[in-house]
Amino acid sequence: MQNYDLIVVGGGPAGLAAAIEAKKNDVDSILIIERDREVGGILQQCIHNGFGLHIFKEQLTGPEYAERFIEEAKSMNIDYVVDTMVLDVTPEKVVHVINPKTGYQTFQAKAVIMAMGCRERTRGAINIPGYRPSGVYSAGTAQRYTNMEGFMPGKKVFILGSGDIGLIMARRMVLEGAEVLGVAELMPFSGGLKRNIVQCLDDYNIPLLLSHTIIKIEGKDRLEKVIVAQVDENFRPIPGTEKEYEVDTLLLSVGLIPENELSKKAGIKLNPVTSGPFVNESMETSVEGIFACGNVVHVHDLVDFVTQESRRAGLNAAKYIKNEKATEGKIVEANTGFGITYVVPSKILVDNVEDELVMFMRVNNVYSNMRLEVKSGDTVIKSIKRRHLAPGEMEQVKLKPSDLAKAEGELVFSIVGEDA
Amino acid sequence: MYDVVIIGAGVAGTSIARELSRYKLKIAVIDKENDVANETTMANSAIIHAGYDAEPYKNKGKFNAKGNAMYTQLTEELDIPFKRVGSLVLAFSEADLATIELLYERGIENGVPDQKLLTKEEVLEMEPNVNDTIFGALYAPTAGIISSWEVAIACMENAMDNGAELFLNTTVEDIKKDGDVFTVKTDQQDFQTKYVVNAAGVFSDKINNMIAAPTFEIQARKGQYFIMDKDIGTLVNTVLFQCPSDVGKGILVAPTVHGNLLIGPDSVFVDDREDVSTTAPELAMIREAAALTTSKIDNRKVIRSFSGLRATSTTHDFVLGETPDVQGFFNVGGFESPGLSAAPAVAVYVADQIKERNGGFEPNPTFNPVRRPFIRFDELDTEEKAALVKENPLYGRVICRCETVTEGEIMDAIHRNVGATTVKSVKKRTRAGMGRCQGGFCEPRVIEILSRELGKSMNQVSYDSPKAYILTGRTKNVEE
Amino acid sequence: MADNKVELVCIACPVGCLMEVEQNGDEFIVTGNACKRGPEYAKAELTHPTRTLCTTVAIKNGFLNRVPVFTEDEIPKGLIFEAMDEINKIVVEAPVKVRQIVIENLLGTGINVVTTRSMSKKNS
Repeated sequence: MQNYDLIVVGGGPAGLAAAIEAKKNDVDSILIIERDREVGGILQQCIHNGFGLHIFKEQLTGPEYAERFIEEAKSMNIDYVVDTMVLDVTPEKVVHVINPKTGYQTFQAKAVIMAMGCRERTRGAINIPGYRPSGVYSAGTAQRYTNMEGFMPGKKVFILGSGDIGLIMARRMVLEGAEVLGVAELMPFSGGLKRNIVQCLDDYNIPLLLSHTIIKIEGKDRLEKVIVAQVDENFRPIPGTEKEYEVDTLLLSVGLIPENELSKKAGIKLNPVTSGPFVNESMETSVEGIFACGNVVHVHDLVDFVTQESRRAGLNAAKYIKNEKATEGKIVEANTGFGITYVVPSKILVDNVEDELVMFMRVNNVYSNMRLEVKSGDTVIKSIKRRHLAPGEMEQVKLKPSDLAKAEGELVFSIVGEDA
Repeated sequence: MYDVVIIGAGVAGTSIARELSRYKLKIAVIDKENDVANETTMANSAIIHAGYDAEPYKNKGKFNAKGNAMYTQLTEELDIPFKRVGSLVLAFSEADLATIELLYERGIENGVPDQKLLTKEEVLEMEPNVNDTIFGALYAPTAGIISSWEVAIACMENAMDNGAELFLNTTVEDIKKDGDVFTVKTDQQDFQTKYVVNAAGVFSDKINNMIAAPTFEIQARKGQYFIMDKDIGTLVNTVLFQCPSDVGKGILVAPTVHGNLLIGPDSVFVDDREDVSTTAPELAMIREAAALTTSKIDNRKVIRSFSGLRATSTTHDFVLGETPDVQGFFNVGGFESPGLSAAPAVAVYVADQIKERNGGFEPNPTFNPVRRPFIRFDELDTEEKAALVKENPLYGRVICRCETVTEGEIMDAIHRNVGATTVKSVKKRTRAGMGRCQGGFCEPRVIEILSRELGKSMNQVSYDSPKAYILTGRTKNVEE
Repeated sequence: MADNKVELVCIACPVGCLMEVEQNGDEFIVTGNACKRGPEYAKAELTHPTRTLCTTVAIKNGFLNRVPVFTEDEIPKGLIFEAMDEINKIVVEAPVKVRQIVIENLLGTGINVVTTRSMSKKNS
């Protein structure tokens, strides 16, 4: 069995950033394992720009953003293998892999970083009735066909779900000569970024139907028609509001789910709200020495935040390997209050926070002119004014060691009225 | 000139083809679909019933337990995934208890071995997730779970290994008989044959009526199902039936042979014999009804819902054997549940009838009952995996990450007899795309492999029939 | 809201500030923006809207069938489909480097179309 200090599962933006950060912190023996034929992850098919504003201060496309990290990893001589599947990660950090060239191998690592990313929710997961013809794709699959393989998934398109991939694909399909008849969103608001609604839908006169869903799929062989209806406040279709769209293609952009099958095998505790591992301030999971970062923990909307979080995982994995991490001391739990769906990390070992800790969270609804409040008991530790809050836009709160010093037991994150 | 033409490549037609390939015969199997096992055999409960359901005087009662017993050898010879997990018919009332006692008696008459009536405590010990409102159950240890379409694929492959021919995308238009010779007219070619077997599923009455007197009519009866994530595949250990009652047959909750959880089916007669759509009210009803068995089903774990059609005959039984008015024309009609369970026994019965009509058949001297095993990478242990990849590196490339299906398996599925030619046929044979991402990640790779192996462009690879095309063409208007 | 006031979502970056823009002759008074790119965007959007066009071009012998490209700077919004027609005619040959020029001075805009990733040859 070969030994590595650090094995990173997944060579997407999270894995690359984590490995680079670990290397910068003097971990020499690192292996990144990627299942696809190249590293870079899903960014390789995200050919639109807007990536990297925080980190690089310019608007890069996904592939270019990935390339910067790939080049940096290469220049630092970080080992990586592609076309390699991790079959198993044990709690003892033995990593089982398979690859056509080197066959079945096992590696022993001192630390492991899980960076497998996420997958798309499917038609089955949202229970759309009707036939099961071809022409129904998850938006990301259609994106791969269009942008990487160079094939069109269809000509007349309807899109369910206004997540960013769906919005981006609406524009992409139009640019490549397809007709996009509309985007239906179950919620009364879009889960995508506002800029994408403007430049992907509004620019091309594609209607966004809020509080609408697809109630039936027709077509015995290829998709022929979708039936769309408005929904009431309980998301039930309202009879009489049905509209038919004759399309050969339906793209589903109905959410992403962290992909944690390996984490389960490793015995890592998952948060049912995020479907990702519970992590602490160091991005360490419930299994000591196994860290996680990026979309495998919770679904991010900006890759810069993935990078930021993954650097933290890389740094802390390095500290763990070098035995520089505090393992005991004051622990603060991060919990959700009114309006907050989840907070990452969920546990903070205060002594491990050096200059600041960025807490990521999502809200459960659209709010205007409210405050994000962090309280410990009756002590308000932070209260930040927010003009606009939406579930589609991840929020962050930066906590300094001095903030954490004020906390006892738990921190509760919630939304409060502006005057509260 | 063929000896036997079999119309329909579902479980009935293919198991008869395999049975007949024991003899020195020229056999053709014809199906209008793009693959074998593409309709009823693809979409059903995939259960090998023990055999206590039907009355003993019916064909259903006669052949079920017999067929069930034959599955041990059949699945071994043909390497078909099969597990005898047993079944429970759950009683939730005094009336239900009376019903299961009746079923128990009927099971004895039908030759079902080792049945047992269980007390509440015994049920809960066996199935701790069953609602504790349970009164008791009928346990039948011989019931099993199987991959129903793989039964037909394996039977057809073995029949072809032994000389039978398969004609897909071939729709029968008419059947004529001149003297002792039948002509089966199709949209592709005409087949001359001595004997015809009608195993055409929901269309078996139409085929029958082309040549014989209309003695039965098929009504398509739709059943809808949920397939749940493997995460909750071990929620139950055995096939859990609800007790049949005046209100209906009840909804089953069962593990699948591949480790998922299956919930369904309802029962609705439909006019359109190709209506395999799912419908919201029925799916909701199934969800509610399943909760009567166990309230612990996490409905967010659905990975696919589907529906299938049962070929229900107006005679309420299988229509089996030679028609009285047309010598040499054999029916396997109305082959609804327990058709899958009865299929091996029915195949022997029909093959024997044909043999008798012919005055005997010469054995096929090269007949080999064993299908070359299908290597399923995920089921191997570490050493076996390592050795396999060393021998064939394509088994080291995982294409479907949810079900851990390798390129080696997909290549094997393509290059065998009854080889896969479409995304769906790869899925049926290897499970690539059957997992929780439903092909989101692997479909482009599967299309690429099919395109490479079949010498087609990627946009010529379809999901199922050619009408179920996937990619519509290249992006850009450049020569490639 | 007065006639000379419009609401605009800033698309200069993913934050997407909702801005209120008041036009006073040649002057634009912008509120709601979080950074200085807001007013710039608002003025441009109301006088001569522009967009960065991201798409792909065909590549011969490449690791993939398509290589991503974009316009190095924003081009007039009205030119997008014409620009696609031009870009769709292009076939490049692998290997390519990132930011390699694919079309110089697209449609006389003075803006180049460049690759946004490098791509090696197939099987190399």
